Amino acid sequence: MPTLSDIKRRINSVKNTQQITRAMKMVSAAKLRRAQDDIVSTRPYADKIKTLVGSLSGMVSPDSNPLFQKLAGGESSKDTKRSEKTQEAKGQEEVVDETVEVVEAPGTSYAPEEDAAAAKKKIELILLTSDRGLCGGFNTLLIREAEGFLADHADDEISLYLIGKRGADYFRRHLGEGGKSKDMGVARPTYEMAKAISAEITADYLEDRADEVYVIYSEFQSALTQEPVLQKILPVTPPAPPVEAVAVDGEAVNADAEASGASDLDECILEPSAQEVLDSLLPKYIEVQVFRSLLESSASEHGARMTSMDSASRNASDMIDNLTLIYNRVRQAAITKELMEIISGAESLK
Amino acid sequence: MADATKFEVVTPTGIILSVDVEDIYAPGEKGEFGVLEGHTDLICNLVSGVVKYKTGGTLKTIAVGGGYAEVAPGKVNLLVDIAYMGEDINASEVTAELAAAEKAIDGVSEDDPDFAANKATAEFAKIKLAAAGG
Repeated sequence: MPTLSDIKRRINSVKNTQQITRAMKMVSAAKLRRAQDDIVSTRPYADKIKTLVGSLSGMVSPDSNPLFQKLAGGESSKDTKRSEKTQEAKGQEEVVDETVEVVEAPGTSYAPEEDAAAAKKKIELILLTSDRGLCGGFNTLLIREAEGFLADHADDEISLYLIGKRGADYFRRHLGEGGKSKDMGVARPTYEMAKAISAEITADYLEDRADEVYVIYSEFQSALTQEPVLQKILPVTPPAPPVEAVAVDGEAVNADAEASGASDLDECILEPSAQEVLDSLLPKYIEVQVFRSLLESSASEHGARMTSMDSASRNASDMIDNLTLIYNRVRQAAITKELMEIISGAESLK
Repeated sequence: MADATKFEVVTPTGIILSVDVEDIYAPGEKGEFGVLEGHTDLICNLVSGVVKYKTGGTLKTIAVGGGYAEVAPGKVNLLVDIAYMGEDINASEVTAELAAAEKAIDGVSEDDPDFAANKATAEFAKIKLAAAGG
């Protein structure tokens, strides 16, 4: 039977916890607002870049830029490259092997090398998680999505790029040293960060360390719902040309045949040329996509933390109610006991 | 007076400016160009520099990082990495920034990992000063 002071102490400790969770909820709510504003304010830029890429990519041939489908253009050069590629693959297999150990089914890993190199895709997977916990199922959902992806691509070589301590810690525990990692940072994601990440993945892609790059992040739907999303970053899939450019798109197909890149977008001057504008535009497009996923992820994190801290505060007040009830009952029992003692003492004196 | 052209400067962190202007001068990759009313459609690369525009008869400046200019009938969009309104630039602050960046690259080899970043900061600080001054 707990004594009155024991219960009192517990009530106080739950009250303290509740204060903390309530404060965290408030902080997350404020951060969430800012993160949402950030998403909104980056939208005009992202939309315009997307429109530009959409209309320009219709005007140049798809294999003109290596950031588009590498395989389409690379088909012919593959044979010549094969020998160096297998060598490279060999070197990499040692490294990647530890990383993907868990998901690689025994026997599939060392198929005859020539075929394996041709069939195996080198995939880089970026996983965005948070640096801090106490945000409900946020990180668990993302990690589960990543595990699912690894299982689906068990035949491919996957290198991980983990952004956020939580994901990095998880994969380090489960797979040994799990690839590159980077902290998400507590502050709001900056465009510079997106730029740095994009530069790294673009380099990996162009230097044949990765054939495809995907990102898993949490899409912010509302403070209550965040959905893990898998998105392909590289090779760039050109967005559908905007409605006004559809006519141009048809034109461009013909134009491609005569002179690729020199065609005009409704008599629009392109300086220096469509190709060059697009070449410098594509890295920006990647940056914007990465930036967006960082922002969405950050907003989701704050949303998830707000929701979970809200329910934690509510649980704490339920607990305090319960404890207060017990406290009162124990207090009442003590009073009754005392009364009984006095009465029975008085009775015995008669 | 010519009909106004809608001029927007958009960066990844938001729309910096959205006004009606009479004319615009921007640093294209192949040299500075001017946009007056009725300009042909144009998409071009921009280098970092000072963009000037005239609104209500007064000439204003913006310091921009690299990006794109999109000229369409009745509107001009600049998509740039970074932009500072000339009137908001605090010249003494930027001078200090420039001095700090120049000090950081002074005597440092070009291979130093921070060299490029500091150099870029210094270059952009100069552009900001030019925008603030003009």
